[in-house]
Amino acid sequence: MTLSTLNPAAPFHDEGWIRRLEPLLAAGKAAGADLVEVFLERTDHLGVLAEQDTITSVSPAFGMGAGLRVFRAGRDGFVSTNDLGESALHAALDEALAMLELRRNGAAGPGSFEGLASLRDFGAAKQPWLECCPDLSEATARLLQGTHQLERHGSHLQARRGSYARNWQEVLVVASDGTHARDIRLHQTVGFSVLAADGDHRASLGRRYGTTDNPDDLRHWDLESSAIDLCASAATMLYADYVQAGQFPVVLANRFGGVIFHEACGHLLETTQVERGTTPFADKVGEFIAHPSVTAIDEGLSNGAFGSLAMDDEGMEPQRSVLIENGVLKRFLSDRAGELRTGHQRTGSGRRQSHSFAAASRMRNTYIAAGPHSPDDLIASIDQGLYCKSMGGGSVGPTGQFNFAVEEGFLIENGQLTRPVKGATLIGEAKEVMPRISMCANDLELAAGFCGSVSGSINVTVGQPHIKVDAITVGGR
Amino acid sequence: METPRLQETVAELARRAGIHQWDLGAASSNDRSVQVDRGEAKQLKAAQRRSITVRVWNEANRIGITSTSDLSEAGLARALEGAKAASAFGNQDETPAFSPLATAPLAPLEHPLHPPIGILKLLASLKEAEADLLGRHPAIATVPYNGLAERSSERIYLNSAGACREQKLTTASIYLYARAEETGRKPRSSGAVRLAYGADSLDMAACIEEAAERTIAHLDYGPIPTGRYTCVFSPEAFLDLIGAFSSLFNARAVLDGVSLSSRDSLGQSLAVPFLSIHDNGLHPGNIGASRFDGEGTPTRSLSLVEGGVLSHFLHSEATARAFGVEPTGHAGMGAKASVGPNWFEVGPSPESGGGAGGLDRFLASRNGGQGLVVIDSLSALHAGVKASQGSFSLPFDGWWIRDGEQRSIEAATVAGDIRTVLQTLLGFEGEAKITPDGLCPWVWVEGLAVTGDA
Repeated sequence: MTLSTLNPAAPFHDEGWIRRLEPLLAAGKAAGADLVEVFLERTDHLGVLAEQDTITSVSPAFGMGAGLRVFRAGRDGFVSTNDLGESALHAALDEALAMLELRRNGAAGPGSFEGLASLRDFGAAKQPWLECCPDLSEATARLLQGTHQLERHGSHLQARRGSYARNWQEVLVVASDGTHARDIRLHQTVGFSVLAADGDHRASLGRRYGTTDNPDDLRHWDLESSAIDLCASAATMLYADYVQAGQFPVVLANRFGGVIFHEACGHLLETTQVERGTTPFADKVGEFIAHPSVTAIDEGLSNGAFGSLAMDDEGMEPQRSVLIENGVLKRFLSDRAGELRTGHQRTGSGRRQSHSFAAASRMRNTYIAAGPHSPDDLIASIDQGLYCKSMGGGSVGPTGQFNFAVEEGFLIENGQLTRPVKGATLIGEAKEVMPRISMCANDLELAAGFCGSVSGSINVTVGQPHIKVDAITVGGR
Repeated sequence: METPRLQETVAELARRAGIHQWDLGAASSNDRSVQVDRGEAKQLKAAQRRSITVRVWNEANRIGITSTSDLSEAGLARALEGAKAASAFGNQDETPAFSPLATAPLAPLEHPLHPPIGILKLLASLKEAEADLLGRHPAIATVPYNGLAERSSERIYLNSAGACREQKLTTASIYLYARAEETGRKPRSSGAVRLAYGADSLDMAACIEEAAERTIAHLDYGPIPTGRYTCVFSPEAFLDLIGAFSSLFNARAVLDGVSLSSRDSLGQSLAVPFLSIHDNGLHPGNIGASRFDGEGTPTRSLSLVEGGVLSHFLHSEATARAFGVEPTGHAGMGAKASVGPNWFEVGPSPESGGGAGGLDRFLASRNGGQGLVVIDSLSALHAGVKASQGSFSLPFDGWWIRDGEQRSIEAATVAGDIRTVLQTLLGFEGEAKITPDGLCPWVWVEGLAVTGDA
């Protein structure tokens, strides 16, 4: 084997990468693979933490790696490595081939690999982004302004934290079907958290905001309004009683309230769940699975949204996928393996945390579409219920049971919001809850979040207008 | 990784960069894992990882840190430069130092190194295990979450004062989560996990047996009325709960003001007088134990609660210095080192009697009343635990036992306050069981709020 002299640090649009990767793809095909895919990644990360009025942690990190996947007869073998050297990549190929009981047999077979297509370079205009982001001096100064705003607007605050994370990623995807695409991604998150305490009363709350492809994100963050919002919530929840358990109608606020659809239904519309046989909706395309008031969308296109992407981690441009239209299931989110194994067409949803995960069908910006009502209409329609103003995280299990935590809740009594309550957990099953979303308001908004699943933790957006669920189990005391 | 070469290279690069004090943590691993789906390979994975984190101290004794997966000389030089640049923003009020125990002798650990069996043998073993589990009951149609993995790994800690720690380890794991469904009934799921030092020593049969038993036991389910119940936590569930509230014992959280404990809490009653909680990363049951922490401090056993009284906190070097004690071997590596538990041992304090004796959930449920709730496993701890408030509200899988008969609970949550839980333990049932997170018997707790949908 002749090794090229390409420096692994060379940018991924350097033509030397074609000379290094094409023989790899050809060798894989010649060995009998149906498809060989290589994902190369280079990362640069910065994390900063401010506590009270001090910067307590600055944590830069950088790295690189490759994920190499071989498909044969519906099966796949995946190998990842931190070493982008030519011999390491060939060793990774050999290992992936061996997993499928394939062995390279020398020269490429006739017509087996026709070379890479011209580079689709989604990163060309993004080259200067890393340098455009705030440097350490600016980032630390902004965060300290933020924790100062918390001090200014909060009361009984025992702990104040501000955090900033900047993740820059350059990726190259090549495959033996000619796929050849590069992108640069920039994700930034900023957040506040506080612990308010007064005697035995305690309330810990946080807010996190995130954007994609906006180097000025930290500069433009409205620190004061974020601080005012969080401090007001902390002051409200500090003296809140625990919620009484039971089955109630609930109204879920817009923005992060969309976690209910993400957990209760979104995951079940990924082809990974179809493959596992863990979604109750596998054979329901064209059927009602939700109330006719529900239309749900997943897309990777919203400008600057945390789940947006120019191409997915398999080199495909994202699509706008209507998942549910007026209650009827229209389609699933699919990646390369999902299309191969379930027949659902790819939607540009192949995503992974890093090179060390194989891509899987995952959500991007996922939301319930706006409806005709005002938020007040929803609340006014309930005699006794719960208003979930702010949501915590949640999860869904292998039988479709979902749960999520309510961070800030209020009782609804006779059509009015009354006392704040805490400690609520909403649980249910997707099949049962989706037909109970009976009203959607006209105030759709999105919120950034992280989703952990089979291909790691990825950036996503959840969203919805205010929605009403006619009945759901509210866990409490 | 070749430790002497890494040490020489970093020392030389640091000298060139004008860095006089540094330390580093490095890790490398090789993993192989397989998943199957109804007799076919689903995914076969291999991963080679390596990473290094360097910390440097500048002239003003401020600390900076950088991590990288690029272990080339250029990558290491860039990491040192990055850490030096970050040190300008180090916290002058609290600078970590080298652990005074970074060169202290390490306790011996009996961790045999097993050679890998290879991915095709892993695949064959997992196919057999899946087939066995599928054959245990007609309702078990799939095992949607399964995996068999083996790993060889190495950790290194070095510092410019001559500390040099190394540990090599091999581990293997299997998990089997089955899904069962009977006509006209909702699907049910449960499973089991096993760890070992090598794939050839995994107790596959026990894992299959437990996964089958648990899944089948959840097939007959029903709703439970909302109310307050005496709850019996499985060892795994109680250890999950203690782990989620480990900031109670965490000196870092105490200093940061986000723990329910304070400096004054040591020596005060935290729990019923018969409860003992130790952190013991060196327990033989702790597969994958580390001999030293991220700062090179030796791992050791530490009493956290004895006789219900809070006895010690977990420490890093910096928190130990703030408290005037020795580091305990629970630190990560960072500009602000994190602190976390290793492996819990929960049980009765010696000579305490261990609370109510002779507890038996089936016998107790024959005494009339509303019965007992067995909490087999807790879910969504990341969302339903408010550690700094002390409250939790968590979905769980479990059983409702009445009149000596147990029935799986369809869907429910359990809620409470950890301080109240620790003060309302009734006692322990059965022998302590080794789990991946620690050692614990079944634990009885009085009067927890359970929300069902009956």
